[in-house]
Amino acid sequence: MCGIAGLIHRGRTSDIGEEMTKMLQALKHRGPDSTGYALYGTSGGDGKYVLRFKVAEQEELRHGFKIRELIKERRQEVDHRLQELDAKIIEAVNATGYANKYVISYTGDLKKLVDYLEDIEGVELLSIGHGLELIKDLGDAKTVSDQYKLLGFRGTHALGHTRMATESDVDIRSAHPYWAYPFSDVSVVHNGQLTNYWNNRRDLERRGRRFMSNCDSELIAVYLADRMDAGDTLEDAMRRSIDELDGVFTYLVATSDSLGMAKDTMAAKPMVLYEGKDFIALASEEVAIRSIFPDEIDTFDPYEGEVRVWRN
Amino acid sequence: MAELKKANVQGMHGEQLLGRTQQRFFDVARDADAYVYPWAYEVDFNKRAEFDAKDMDTRAINLQIRKLMSEGNGTIVVHNPGAKHSLGVGILNRLKLYFEGSLGYFGCGLIDGPNVHIKGRVGWSCAENMLAGTVVIEKNAGSCFGAAIRGGDLVCKGDVGARTGIDQKGGTIIVGGRTGAFSGFMMQRGRMIVLGDAGANLGDSMYDGTIYVGGKIASLGVDAVEAEMTDLDVAWLTRKLKAYEIDPPKDPKKMTKIVAGKQLWNYDNLEPTEKKLVL
Repeated sequence: MCGIAGLIHRGRTSDIGEEMTKMLQALKHRGPDSTGYALYGTSGGDGKYVLRFKVAEQEELRHGFKIRELIKERRQEVDHRLQELDAKIIEAVNATGYANKYVISYTGDLKKLVDYLEDIEGVELLSIGHGLELIKDLGDAKTVSDQYKLLGFRGTHALGHTRMATESDVDIRSAHPYWAYPFSDVSVVHNGQLTNYWNNRRDLERRGRRFMSNCDSELIAVYLADRMDAGDTLEDAMRRSIDELDGVFTYLVATSDSLGMAKDTMAAKPMVLYEGKDFIALASEEVAIRSIFPDEIDTFDPYEGEVRVWRN
Repeated sequence: MAELKKANVQGMHGEQLLGRTQQRFFDVARDADAYVYPWAYEVDFNKRAEFDAKDMDTRAINLQIRKLMSEGNGTIVVHNPGAKHSLGVGILNRLKLYFEGSLGYFGCGLIDGPNVHIKGRVGWSCAENMLAGTVVIEKNAGSCFGAAIRGGDLVCKGDVGARTGIDQKGGTIIVGGRTGAFSGFMMQRGRMIVLGDAGANLGDSMYDGTIYVGGKIASLGVDAVEAEMTDLDVAWLTRKLKAYEIDPPKDPKKMTKIVAGKQLWNYDNLEPTEKKLVL
């Protein structure tokens, strides 16, 4: 059934790593297979991008032959290709052996950089952005947070997801959130099923968009980014998605400065919203919001076909 | 006639006791024992207990409520329920139960008799399959509010989500604010009052029952039609709302009444709550 959560602070930063970890841990029962974060921090900006990429799946470490040599080779190839494209590595953090965070300065074509890096066999870009850092791995929120040292991560807004795998594999590739290739800073988490996935995917692929997984949730990220690339505002793109995406869904989307939510016309998937003056929190269940607000607060369910967008 | 009078005092329409088939399925002398739970607790409303549920899980909270009932406590106050799921479920005896906060999913489901007051909000499927008693929520509620209830009064003073009273088989649902799409979907009996607006497809595929709406209706579902408000409707609405200290946003006479366009007689049998009333 999956659990999704989002939060955004207005006009300030906070320890969004800790806040989102608490929310996702409270939603653990909705999906124990994997946990993912889209955190909007302060590492990038001023021509700097933050790259999150993996060079292997967690599973390969346990069963693959010579996987450690392969990981080393793949990372060296990433470094080499960044150098070729005049991208300067400012900071490199190896979070788990197979997952990496690079802060780079780069002024060239983003799509070219992404395509060139993903051309390396076994390398997948999880995210690229001035603020966005996408972290996802197998296990519950506490496991992933400890593994990637997310407590203390300061930022303005975040999305999170706990996944119960129903239609694709239990691996990092199928875990949420999804980043909208090749657009920086756009991420999506989703609870539900899209029934016109292949029609939309084929249409987007014909127009040059690429998909890394067979998960229907990835379509929402790519669809929204495609619409925004065509000139729609985030809110316009989301409103259009209510009509054009078929199925039952509630999704959250984040960009460099905004957080949005949309619910299908059947309102078949849950979402609870707390809207304060300086802070907005959303989750599949109120218990997640309660994990960061122990005191009594007013919450409500957004309605069918509803779209909302908040800026930080 | 005594039953009719008793029903009116309880806020029910007389016609609920005048179905065509109940004589065939219900016999007072034969069925009386079937409506008493041998394991229900004898409690005293004047005996009061309270506890803090902050660090307790669902199972521990429900077991604590049961323990307090077994000790004869008729008034129980639960502090810090923390929006946990499935709290206050399966209570089959009279009891005054107060939740000083919010509940998660399936709160107060499968109850038969208690009077529950919830200070905060409730998640999806509150009071699902309730047979009798009252549940009053001070703030908002999630979707599937009162799904398949068969009796009792379920009251939310704020807004509720989609599919309110889906498969409702009896009882009364009162919504102080707005309700979402597909409310009253496949409703079979009972009454629903919505003082605010109602979402799309109200009363879709309803078999029977009545929905009163104070605000705008986005659209009616299949088989749902508008009906004429009678003096009996107005009297009942006034009495029900007064009982829960809810001020209607407008004159009950001006509310819209929605009923099923088709009548299916096989839903005429008395519901358990009504049988208890007769007993």
